[in-house]
Amino acid sequence: AYCLLTSHIEVTATSRHYVDRLFDPDPQKVLQGVIDMKNAVIGNNKQKANLIVLGAVPRLLYLLQQGSSSSELRAECAVVLGSLAMGTENNIKSLVDCHIIPALLQGRCMLTVCVTPCQDPTVIPHLMSLLSRSQRTQEYITQIFSHCCKTPEHQTVLFNHGAIQNIAPLLISPSYKVRMQALKCFSVLAYENTQVSMTLVNVLVDEELLSQVFVRMMQRDQPIDMQLTAAKCLTYMCRAGAIRTDDSCIVLKTLPCLVRMCSKERLLEERVEGAETLAYLMEPDVELQRIASVTDHLVAMLADYFKYPSSVSAITDIKRLDHDLKHAHELRQAAFKLYASLGSNDEDIRKKITETENMMDRIVSGLSESSVKVRLAAVRCLHSLSRSVQQLRTSFHDHAVWKPLMKLLQNAPDEVLVMASSTLCNLLLEFSPSKEPILESGVIELLCSLTQSDSPALRVNGIWALMNMAFQADQKVKGEIVRALGTEQLFRLLSDPDSNVLMKTLGLLRNLLSTRPHIDQVMSSHGKQIMQAVTLILEGEHSIEVKEQTLCILANIADGNTAKELIMTNDDILQKIKYYMAHSNVKLQLAATFCISNLIWNEEDGSQERQDKLRELGFVDILHKLTQASDPNLCDRAKTAMQQYLA
Amino acid sequence: MDAMAELGAGSLLLGDPAFNYQEAELNERLKRLYPAVNEDETPLPRSWSPKDKYSYIGLSQNNLRVHYKGHGKNHKDAASVRATHPIPAACGIYYFEVKIVSKGLDFLSSLLPLSPIPGWDKHSYGYHGDDGHSFCSSGTGQPYGPTFTTGDVIGCCVNLINNTCFYTKNGISLGVAFTDLPPNLYPTVGLQTPGEIVDANFGQQPFVFDIEDYMSEWRAKIHGMIARFPIGERLGEWQAVLQNMVSTYLVHHGYCATATAFARATETLIQEDQTSIKNRQRIQKLVLAGRVGEAIEATQQLYPGLLEHNPNLLFMLKCRQFVEMVNGTDSEVRCFSVRSPKSQDSYPGSPSLSPRHGATNPNLHSAGADSPTCSNGVTPPNKNKSHNKYPGVSSASSSSSSSPSSVNYSESNSTDSTKSQPHSGTSNQEETSDSEMEIEAEHYTNGVAENPSARIMNGTYKHQEILQAQDISLEDSCASRQLCGGNQAATERMIQFGRELQGLNEQLCREYGKNVTHKKMLQDAFSLLAYSDPWNCPVGQQLDPMQRENICSALNSAILESQNLPKQPPLMLALGQATECVQLMARVRSGSCSFARVDNFLH
Repeated sequence: AYCLLTSHIEVTATSRHYVDRLFDPDPQKVLQGVIDMKNAVIGNNKQKANLIVLGAVPRLLYLLQQGSSSSELRAECAVVLGSLAMGTENNIKSLVDCHIIPALLQGRCMLTVCVTPCQDPTVIPHLMSLLSRSQRTQEYITQIFSHCCKTPEHQTVLFNHGAIQNIAPLLISPSYKVRMQALKCFSVLAYENTQVSMTLVNVLVDEELLSQVFVRMMQRDQPIDMQLTAAKCLTYMCRAGAIRTDDSCIVLKTLPCLVRMCSKERLLEERVEGAETLAYLMEPDVELQRIASVTDHLVAMLADYFKYPSSVSAITDIKRLDHDLKHAHELRQAAFKLYASLGSNDEDIRKKITETENMMDRIVSGLSESSVKVRLAAVRCLHSLSRSVQQLRTSFHDHAVWKPLMKLLQNAPDEVLVMASSTLCNLLLEFSPSKEPILESGVIELLCSLTQSDSPALRVNGIWALMNMAFQADQKVKGEIVRALGTEQLFRLLSDPDSNVLMKTLGLLRNLLSTRPHIDQVMSSHGKQIMQAVTLILEGEHSIEVKEQTLCILANIADGNTAKELIMTNDDILQKIKYYMAHSNVKLQLAATFCISNLIWNEEDGSQERQDKLRELGFVDILHKLTQASDPNLCDRAKTAMQQYLA
Repeated sequence: MDAMAELGAGSLLLGDPAFNYQEAELNERLKRLYPAVNEDETPLPRSWSPKDKYSYIGLSQNNLRVHYKGHGKNHKDAASVRATHPIPAACGIYYFEVKIVSKGLDFLSSLLPLSPIPGWDKHSYGYHGDDGHSFCSSGTGQPYGPTFTTGDVIGCCVNLINNTCFYTKNGISLGVAFTDLPPNLYPTVGLQTPGEIVDANFGQQPFVFDIEDYMSEWRAKIHGMIARFPIGERLGEWQAVLQNMVSTYLVHHGYCATATAFARATETLIQEDQTSIKNRQRIQKLVLAGRVGEAIEATQQLYPGLLEHNPNLLFMLKCRQFVEMVNGTDSEVRCFSVRSPKSQDSYPGSPSLSPRHGATNPNLHSAGADSPTCSNGVTPPNKNKSHNKYPGVSSASSSSSSSPSSVNYSESNSTDSTKSQPHSGTSNQEETSDSEMEIEAEHYTNGVAENPSARIMNGTYKHQEILQAQDISLEDSCASRQLCGGNQAATERMIQFGRELQGLNEQLCREYGKNVTHKKMLQDAFSLLAYSDPWNCPVGQQLDPMQRENICSALNSAILESQNLPKQPPLMLALGQATECVQLMARVRSGSCSFARVDNFLH
């Protein structure tokens, strides 16, 4: 308040006091000094000018950038700087002269300022309001936004502060730098953000739809950086569901633009970004995958990504070699990602990929690269290709991909493990020639340990692989699986909160309980627990699929010689079967009827007694009714069962 | 089917408005896509050729639809048709599309064979729909792209810059199919199965593939190449060359003060001496002011023998003098008017009337006049008609482009150039009153010279403004719109002069033989007298002051030549050479000429 009356000299003296306090050896005092300064400068342009003249800015910047400063102090410093920037044009100029922008970006402190809840919520509005000042501020502030926006929360904060409306007009700024930074800002804002993307599609810039502005920015005579970033924006908007995948701006503009970014003419960095963005764009859409696979020889073009550092560069140019080496990993992982995305659905594309020069060798060596990123991408690619029956039978076996895959499974981060184990599931399918060698390599222990993982995805993959392995396996393998897994773990999985895990575990059980001798053997050793588990599941709240699978297990049990008795002596289970034969769902009726049919089958010992018992329990009446069922399968099944009585 | 083919091949259906509309759209699109192509030399393909086809091929729908009418039993029954013309190299990048209306059983291709009769065995390049293979001068295909079928649109792009070709399917580029293509390829399709029908699009409709975007990339590439062309060690020399270009240009057109200022600033020398420049300037100024008689006198006095050695030039000048008499501006008729002093020496030795009129001129006449009206006998490259009349480089350069000097000029004359709008038509009347007005006129000349910086953008627009202003002034002073200023004695003098002119023509005929141009010139000039209002008659354009610029520049060049100075400034020469080079590139089939056009670089 006294400021109003004091002379100019006195103001300078108090200002000096504020600046002096910033140099106090006690960090607590420094913090208090900064807070006092903050309070002193708010709304006081003269005070701001004084502090700037006295050199407060470099000191504040220093404190801001010091790693030793507390985050509280750094935040306060940033707020003061922001406040100083709210002053006159001259003040801003001084701040910019002090290289404030790079410092802020470097320190990434704006990030903290923007989102730390305790912080002054006015910082972002401050920055927004500065956007109208000059091209320089537009360029820097949009740059700050794109650098700082790292999480969905950041996106929301910026969105709520009107970032879209404020930045959209900058896309047609006369300054290339401003246009570019605004564009980058949008790419960061739209990434995996439905809210932002949905808003963006409706934004008009100078009466033109934003997507059209982006399309213009992708024109081939525009700078590459601009084309690429515009393509990213449209990609993110498309993935967030704001633009349809069959929209011409995606099919005829964005996709071809991204393919061009993968060409040999582009810089290595651009090729990496282009391939990654393209992979992301078409991941969920088979039609885009098909189009991309024929665009500009993309599949062959990607093979070049593996040729760095080239043998030429090593000899001729050490600088080039360094550059190539730096990007080699990035290039390889980007190519693998893109191949993975390309081949995720279409059999023809997978074939095309595996026929690319040395493709399988490259994947195999990629699986054992030191870079986790490359390993992950390589295994993703392998996984994508492993969905092909034909490839599993041919190239996968020829190149013994299971070997590096098994090695990878021994020691890898979870995300790699998920992909690798999922791939292994496919390699363990019964028609896969790799199944045998994998079995011999002692994979069972490893898979069993996966089923104990905290990650549901890993548990699913582990049990899934075991299920595939048990399919039509010999007694030895089945025994090994049961032994290695342990009944305790098996039943724990049957009560797993993840329904996928439950389904695959039931699948495993069903596979274990196939062919008569196996059924009897397993049931004689684990019959009690299995019957308990089955009862529990049939009583519990489970999906139709789970119950169907469970009834199928019962049907298998009913097919055993001795195992049958476990059902026949269990009235509770028989009642449940009866219940499901009259269920409203045909699938469940069918499975239950199948079970009964197995129990009353004529050619087996003791069939007469079982038939009598079941007739007493009223099953014949139900069967009789089911012969009139509208579902032809169910009808047939019931008739076949009835015939057992007539014979 | 035969009937259909006949119909398509035979009639052009000129009466059909829809067809005419399509034709206009086609022409417009082709012009936009291939601006560098001179269709008089190398016509663009517009339809399939009814002559160059197998008999199994039927054509319909203005020769754009192709159907197969053979047996289609084996490969021997395959048939093809090619377009009417090969692809001109000046296209730079050429593109056409084919829509598969109905696919036959197994075979279809889209080919590009060399000029001899179509056939896919020799020198042909194709992409086959049944297997997606590409075929290059041989029977065995290479895996190339996807297969295609009914409803698909297949495009073919020939890049004549790097001699490659790629195909598109439904607007998606499939990547390079062939490299090292030979020149003179024809768009072609081949069919082999009964029932196959394909429709061609040579530009009749918008293309599915964005070919203009592809072109823009190559334009940017080539412009970048030109912009980055190394000039290396000769940097110092380079600057000297540029300065010389600017300086000689200024001197040529007589921008005396500007040239001096420029020479001072750049510490260079001016070849021609000041007096000579000023003399030329004075004469030019007289011509541009419509005082041709005085100009002839001055020329005879300052450059004796010049006109005697150039009887054609003299005749042109005299013809112009006659026209100016009709106009009432020539001093021979003016002297009858009280107000007109013979004010030769009232012209200060400052920058003269500028040939910048010439610069705006092409815009004025772009409506269709084919007279070579440019001040220095040069024409912009796109005005081909006038260009062809002048042999060699001197004619090829673009006067509309001669602006590199303008920046320097405006700097040294910034005060003069502020008043830039008035036009010679008005100033003619004004300047007669007193010397103050002379100074006014001087400002005006600089001002017009200033204009060119903005000329290409809005030349036409400005010009209309000027003309309007002129009309108003003419209507204001009704007297000046009467024949010879409405003076009886002047009219008599004019008639007499006309007889003398007729005599001169006859004399020239005797000495040099008949001259069609002269005869026409004379006829046009005399025709003016046949109308009550010569300014609003079919030949009235002659009275436009703009028409003075051509003769003015011819006289200027003749004077310079007589002084053993170049009759064209080196800047114009260079421009002409560049334009000619680009045209030469088209003739030697260098496709990049399409994107290296000189007018792209003139702003």
